[in-house]
Amino acid sequence: MSKEIIKLQDVRARLAGDRGKRQWRSIEELAETAEFDELVRREFPSQAGELRDPVTRRSFLKMMGASLALAGLTGCEYNVAQPQEKIVPYVRLPEGLIPGKPLFFATAMPFQGYGLGLVVEQHEGRPTKIEGNPDHPATMGASNVWMQASILTMYDPDRSKSISYNKQESTWENFTGALTQSLNQLRGNGGAGMRLLTETITSPTLIAQIQQLQQAFPQMQWVQYDPISRDNVRAGAQLAFGNIVNTIYDFSQARTIVSLDSDFMVTEPGHLRYARQFAQTRLVRKSNPAMSRFYVAESTPTITSTQADHRLPVSSSRIDALARAIAAQVGVGGVTAGEGLSDAENRWVTAVVQDLKASGGASIVITGEQQPPVVHALVHAINQQLGNVGKTVQYTNPIEANPGIQFDGLRQLVTDMNSGAVQLLLMLEGNPVYNAPADLNFTAALKKVPLSIHYGLFNDETSANSTWHVNASHYLEMWSDVRAFDGTASVIQPLIAPLYGSRSPHELLDALLGQPPRSGYDVVRGYWQGQLGTTFEQAWESALRNGVLPNTAQQPQQVSLQGNFAAQQAAAPAANDALEIAFRPDPSVWDGSYANNGWMQELPNPFTKLTWDNAAYVSPKRAQDLSLQEGDVVTLNYKGQSIEAPVIPLPGQADNTVTVHLGYGRQNIGVISAPDGVQIGFNAYQFRTSDAPWFNTGLQVQKTGRRHDLVTTRNNYVIDQQVYSAAERREIVRVATLDEYQKNPTFAQPEPHRLTEEQVESTEHNTNMVDPVPQGGKESPYVSLLPNYPYPGYAWGMTIDLNTCIGCNACVTACQAENNIPVVGKQQVALGREMFWIRIDQYYHGDLENPKVYNQPMLCQHCEHAPCELVCPVAATVHDAEGLNAMVYNRCVGTKYCSNNCPYKVRRFNFLQYQDEATQSLKLQRNPNVTVRSRGVMEKCTYCVQRIAAARQDAERLGQEIQDGGIITACQQACPTNAIVFGNINDKGSQVAQLKAEPTNYGVLTELNTQPRTTYLARVWNPNPAVGETE
Amino acid sequence: MQESQSVEPVTSSNTDLLLEPTTNYTRITQQVADIILTPLLKTPRGWLFGFLISATALLLFLYTLGYLVAAGVGLWGVNIPVAWGMDILNFVWWIGIGHAGTLISAILLLFRQEWRTSINRFAEAMTIFAVICAGMYPIFHLGRPWLAYWVLPYPNTMGMWPQFRSPLEWDVFAISTYFTVSLLFWLTGLIPDFATLRDRTDNRVLKYIYGTVALGWRGSAIHWHRYELASLLLAGLSTPLVVSVHSIVSLDFAVAQVPGWNVTIFPPYFVAGAIFAGFAMVLLLMIPLRSYYNLQELITPKHVDVMGKVLLATGMVVAYGYFTEALFAWYSGGEFERFLLIDRATGGYAWAYWSLIFCNVLTPQALWIPRIRRSLPAMLVISLIVSVGMWLERFVIIVISLHRDFLPSSWGWYTPSFWDWMFYIGTFGIFFTGMFLFIRAMPSIAIFEVRSLFYKYRENRGNSGEVQGFAPITKDVTQ
Repeated sequence: MSKEIIKLQDVRARLAGDRGKRQWRSIEELAETAEFDELVRREFPSQAGELRDPVTRRSFLKMMGASLALAGLTGCEYNVAQPQEKIVPYVRLPEGLIPGKPLFFATAMPFQGYGLGLVVEQHEGRPTKIEGNPDHPATMGASNVWMQASILTMYDPDRSKSISYNKQESTWENFTGALTQSLNQLRGNGGAGMRLLTETITSPTLIAQIQQLQQAFPQMQWVQYDPISRDNVRAGAQLAFGNIVNTIYDFSQARTIVSLDSDFMVTEPGHLRYARQFAQTRLVRKSNPAMSRFYVAESTPTITSTQADHRLPVSSSRIDALARAIAAQVGVGGVTAGEGLSDAENRWVTAVVQDLKASGGASIVITGEQQPPVVHALVHAINQQLGNVGKTVQYTNPIEANPGIQFDGLRQLVTDMNSGAVQLLLMLEGNPVYNAPADLNFTAALKKVPLSIHYGLFNDETSANSTWHVNASHYLEMWSDVRAFDGTASVIQPLIAPLYGSRSPHELLDALLGQPPRSGYDVVRGYWQGQLGTTFEQAWESALRNGVLPNTAQQPQQVSLQGNFAAQQAAAPAANDALEIAFRPDPSVWDGSYANNGWMQELPNPFTKLTWDNAAYVSPKRAQDLSLQEGDVVTLNYKGQSIEAPVIPLPGQADNTVTVHLGYGRQNIGVISAPDGVQIGFNAYQFRTSDAPWFNTGLQVQKTGRRHDLVTTRNNYVIDQQVYSAAERREIVRVATLDEYQKNPTFAQPEPHRLTEEQVESTEHNTNMVDPVPQGGKESPYVSLLPNYPYPGYAWGMTIDLNTCIGCNACVTACQAENNIPVVGKQQVALGREMFWIRIDQYYHGDLENPKVYNQPMLCQHCEHAPCELVCPVAATVHDAEGLNAMVYNRCVGTKYCSNNCPYKVRRFNFLQYQDEATQSLKLQRNPNVTVRSRGVMEKCTYCVQRIAAARQDAERLGQEIQDGGIITACQQACPTNAIVFGNINDKGSQVAQLKAEPTNYGVLTELNTQPRTTYLARVWNPNPAVGETE
Repeated sequence: MQESQSVEPVTSSNTDLLLEPTTNYTRITQQVADIILTPLLKTPRGWLFGFLISATALLLFLYTLGYLVAAGVGLWGVNIPVAWGMDILNFVWWIGIGHAGTLISAILLLFRQEWRTSINRFAEAMTIFAVICAGMYPIFHLGRPWLAYWVLPYPNTMGMWPQFRSPLEWDVFAISTYFTVSLLFWLTGLIPDFATLRDRTDNRVLKYIYGTVALGWRGSAIHWHRYELASLLLAGLSTPLVVSVHSIVSLDFAVAQVPGWNVTIFPPYFVAGAIFAGFAMVLLLMIPLRSYYNLQELITPKHVDVMGKVLLATGMVVAYGYFTEALFAWYSGGEFERFLLIDRATGGYAWAYWSLIFCNVLTPQALWIPRIRRSLPAMLVISLIVSVGMWLERFVIIVISLHRDFLPSSWGWYTPSFWDWMFYIGTFGIFFTGMFLFIRAMPSIAIFEVRSLFYKYRENRGNSGEVQGFAPITKDVTQ
């Protein structure tokens, strides 16, 4: 390229033409020559992105062919096509917005119909991260995986983007036209042919609108259906008290907790609150070395039961007998103990009863939504008998509108549809074609409805079978409201305008009502204005600011027990070896609604660490009997249906129960739910019938001899004795009983350096250091070439309480959302290349039939003497002045040596271009304060260094130190049980320093002299000595 | 071309000779130079065939390399926890192979081992190409190979030095020095022979080319004096490199704390292993070459015998290394090392460990028998087994150690992918394409050195009827 001659006259002329101060870098710039433009482009090549595009072998071949052909033509041309980009600054800056500073808005998320209060982080108008709202009773600042993942669903590029009529794109006007026509016909007979099918609804505004609709069409029927239904809970209350009530628990007061097949830390509407309260009773500290005792009887291991002190694996159908035995022994009138309890069951019941009686009204017995109504009634009676009601158990009016038995409603609806009585069916969210019970054959019935309208986020199974599909707004895009488990109402406020011009359900209902179009905002505001009257403005303000409408929680009410509930006999106990099938919501994709969410598909399930699949869980003994290995495909025969499913032998699974998870086997609704058009997992709904939606006997299992690649992040079989025995010898998780702890609080300290009693008493010994080796005047027993760096300012550190970690994965997804962690897909997970910066390691202890499970979140330990730093040839991983082990992505050339030398294996490598840099909508979700890593670089936990930086900026501006609690890492913020604590260990008063001074504080693999900044509080459990199963 | 018809080789029954008694100055030069000076169109078909296969493999390498750089190292089977697999394994393997050349040309020169003269040139060439193959891996196993130059200490706008505490950084210096010195040594040694070729060819182009690379060599006494001094100096420089390069490569492992890597015996054990592997490779290449180009007069069973002894000796050192590793693991009482010891022998990759013991410990024991040492087919098979064994050794060290390290939750597996194998086969393409071109274009036996050996041989015989110093000679040999 020949250099253009710069004409100095032109330069002068240009300078003269400029008004004001113009700064220039060189004559070339002034001359505005092509060379200078070229130089700038070379310096900041926007085309460089091409290098990082994911390359398939095919595209590589194409590229190679093309470059050979073009080699002669374009050799000297650097810049082929420069895309035109326009940067438009805010002409009028929105109020309160400082570019670069995120805003936080309180809103709420409906999950199973119940509200979970949120605080959503928004960067320049795009929501990026969801947190729990500390002021909201249901979340208390914590979050679960679905809250975290829902933001990705909103940005999902596969969402339905338009209204369609018979799968042809259509318009809102056409839709309302067709709707009005139909409604006009139906109005004649009061809407007799009209049906409304929704999921569980607690939104006061929506309920009011539906009631209005019912007034306009008195014959219209409204059916609610949730596949993960709480029918049994409602029916149980009806059985016990004669009317449906809502039960609220207060675990913080409980000394004995008994779960009869209840996964209350996951599936109860108040699960996050319950998990936190439960954890409060399990804090074993120097100051208060006591904890509650937790009994669990269940068929399949759950997150909740990882905390059990005594866990009894029984088939789901045995729970009835156990509940009767407990009821009889605590003295509930009219109940006779079920016969035929086994020795183990008897021992367990005896211990339970002993502790329940001794707790004096400070206990909770709880059962799960899958247990039949009579068990719920028995449990209500037990709680009454123990005097728990009013203390740990409260009853209120139901939260949801029109509570009833949903399966009955749905069955009636299908009957009506089949008989031709239904002319107009409006399905407001939900996906009944996919998840309605198989025996109802909803799909066939739907085809008989002349006008069926599906309002949903995706073009899914139901929309494919409906005449109209209306694309729905995500809750982050609309105004609405919702009630939490205790009735507290929250206003859902939008964080972003609808991405695809969708309308909220309120606007849709308005259209049904034939009202002039109002915005969602006006509908919701209008409703509450009517409700609150004069106090409205203040309450509305508070609702938007704090996330809750004040004084909307339901008040506890008195209930009285009906006398005759126990007479209702449960189904006769099945023969001893009869197999039982149990249906459970999937721990990641839930009922299937998260099937197109990459974070959820890749999230390792608890226990199995299974990703991108579901499997049938069988007990190790049953697997041995049938000679089944992990990944063997079996045929499940049940009620004349058969499905092929891969099995996983799961330690702790009840012998007679095979558990299958709902939510898989989705049809192609997007690239995630069916990568390359291939359906993933099997659809357990095909089996599920309305008479036994949760469990039933009559299952037969046949080995097919084929195998299926189940991809897990543990890379080894769940049952691998070598793994667990090695973990125990290496003292990765340190465990003691409460009794042992009281005798020897320092049990978790490494043997040769165990603290003396005096050292434990003095708080000095351990607070100023991260090495668990005591420094009380003693030299460290380890020799190192590396100096002990001083940390005069902040010294960041973390503790994780293994006693309260329930392994719920909330931290994993929160970290993924905060730190722009890519999803790599099933194949890459199979190769051992998942990218999680934090993972939940689970170790088993004891026999396969009923082992103890230890959860251990594992993330970068930020070692003071970090083995990774020493071996990097380019100094891409270095220590900072506050003790962070920093990773400099820009400098990383990708030798992977650091990962090899990391004993904790917490470093993750971008083996390929994992980050999707092409999909526009996904870009909006990314945290602008965290680098998006390209292929070829190593990455790992940073202790959320971006949050540290933000807190430092704020503190420096105010001229203060960063206060304890001023920095909350993403994992810590999400944790329902507050098991993760982060802070400045130089600040003796900080919570983290206090916890590091606990005698149970220990570091993993400290014998390598890594001196980790992340330490763990040892696991303590509290067995009942009477049971005698302590080891 | 003068004397273009090839000279029939003559072999005697005496296997103790370093040169066959039938040879003479003319025949030495002719036998070596004829390979090179054969006109292009009369290139033997065998050579063409071999070259085409090698060149195809080289093209495969270029294709694989292009795809690798375009898509990323995820094409390979590496993962977390086994973040190094075939890449570093083959790197160490190739580097090890190179060692024999340097050892033969440098250390044996200093020790005046005359049996080296017939094989040193060839072994040096092998070193050069093996190091080139090895060098591919550290560069292209990087996540971002285009930034590989960041490991070099050069003034830059980032204001960054490399991190000198990292063994990978030491590798950069060790290997680049090694390559430079080996290349210089090799090229210096070629000068007198290039002059011979220049003088023997009638082809003007070849005369010009060889004349250029002969750097004006006229064979004057001063030239010879300078030459001898230069080779001695270079030999002196190379000698520590024989030990240092593989010691430093072994530190890549020994400095890390991974169980199975963090072993103090690694440097000597790696050096011995490298010489072991290198001699096996020299034998593997030399035996077919000798028979194809009829070099029986210059490369005799005696050479193979001596090299067999070196193989046996280094093989025993390597075996001792395995024993010591196991002893350390057991004696330390450390959980991690002990666990790894058991896992090596009984775990999922036990096949690799036991194959390794078979290849590297049991097979070389056959070399105690002189008859086997002098049997070329037997030596060919043993060399092949040893080469495989040394590959397995690196597999055991790298993969088995990484797949079961500290935290049981992170244990994994490693399977080389299709592209791992393609890349590996591709490096053979580099190696053999280089070797074939070398054989065709450069004297694969140092003509002047063999001639000086022959001179010595004649002188000795003339005085006492017996050759002193290197090999007994039979009485009936007359000329």
